[in-house]
Amino acid sequence: MNRQGNTYTVIYSVLLVLIVGVVLSLVYQALRPVQERNIADDTKKQILAAARIVPSEGVSVSELYDSHIVRSFIVDSEGREIDSSVPAFSVNVAAQVKLPDAERQLPVYECRTPDGLKYILPVYGAGLWGPIWGYIAFDADGSTIYGAYFAHQGETPGLGAEIEKPAFSGQFDGKKIFNAEGQFSPIAVVKAGQAPASGEYVNAVSGGTITSQGVQKMLANSLAPYAAFLKSLKSR
Amino acid sequence: MNFQTLINPLSKDNPVIVQVLGICSALAVTAKLQPAVVMTISVVAVLALANVIISCLRKTIPTSIRIIVQLVVVAALVVIVDQILKAFTYDVSKQLSVFIGLIITNCIIMGRLEAFALNNRPWPAFLDGVGNGLGYGIILIIVAFFRELFGSGTLWGYQVIPQWWYDAGYQNNGMMILPPMALITVACIIWVHRARNKDLQEQ
Repeated sequence: MNRQGNTYTVIYSVLLVLIVGVVLSLVYQALRPVQERNIADDTKKQILAAARIVPSEGVSVSELYDSHIVRSFIVDSEGREIDSSVPAFSVNVAAQVKLPDAERQLPVYECRTPDGLKYILPVYGAGLWGPIWGYIAFDADGSTIYGAYFAHQGETPGLGAEIEKPAFSGQFDGKKIFNAEGQFSPIAVVKAGQAPASGEYVNAVSGGTITSQGVQKMLANSLAPYAAFLKSLKSR
Repeated sequence: MNFQTLINPLSKDNPVIVQVLGICSALAVTAKLQPAVVMTISVVAVLALANVIISCLRKTIPTSIRIIVQLVVVAALVVIVDQILKAFTYDVSKQLSVFIGLIITNCIIMGRLEAFALNNRPWPAFLDGVGNGLGYGIILIIVAFFRELFGSGTLWGYQVIPQWWYDAGYQNNGMMILPPMALITVACIIWVHRARNKDLQEQ
């Protein structure tokens, strides 16, 4: 058969694509359960990281999660708990932060720690190259940050990617997101040596200005709808 | 002859510093040592397998679509590597994120397929793939070593520059973390390499 003819070329390319397609879908199907478990475990690890719980060697993340997270539920922007068919863990935070505050489903994880009960809230926003997200753990007073965890998809290593380091996230410990008048004032992220006009702040990552601004916007946007819920914690 | 195929790309015929291929990813993944090493392993795997597959198919591939055929094979292999990393080394795959996908665009892979795999039998093609992958990796690791050491003061994530240096006024060089310094480091490696291998110097 003529190896350079059109018929041969067309048949060859169709066969090639079919074979590659079948192989890829087989690989995907075979590995998907393992990958999904990895992703769920990773999310649980991130949630626990916000409450300063780090899995030790040989402990399964799921077990650790089950033993610490006593309850997870969904609230609305009025601070009321809402009934939902979806568990809080499955709420797609990325989609929720794009909605107006009043329509959002806001997951809350109640976590038992050696320092008492903490409330962990997910945050989600945009960095320089892609999404950034995190989990913030609050004390039972609903204002003081107990711990923060940030992650990113593709920020520049050594620059924007530094937000995932404890050197950055550790700065949030002890900050309050309600000021003395009881108003919601999210944490500002500003260049080292500077300070905002009012409110609490942390130092930005040097060389990661856009990512740092992304963190600030993410905190403001994602935590604002929780204001009513966090306030209600105080009166509990 | 086969041995030369494996050894030559490590120095005399290095894909990065002699053939000047794959520079783009040498800039992207060399800010830290660990991603550079995982990238090296992934490129060796993809390049060796792609070379073998294309070499096996070489008599059947129609000339007019050979580039597309190569691209399909490479893309499929890269997706498989990505899926395997996601399933078994989830943390590493999270770190490398987009870079694994970008192996497809690594000029070394297409370059070796075109220049070697299309004209050689599978075994030499396999050795050529491993050799070139390692040749690429050596440069990546050397660059990453210097960039991580001077840029972050760490190696493989561990602090190596002692605290008292910082206390004495030493500072990490932020420039090392930025892509331009990767290019300059590669240029220094080329300089040293050419100085030691006089036959490579252009007249």
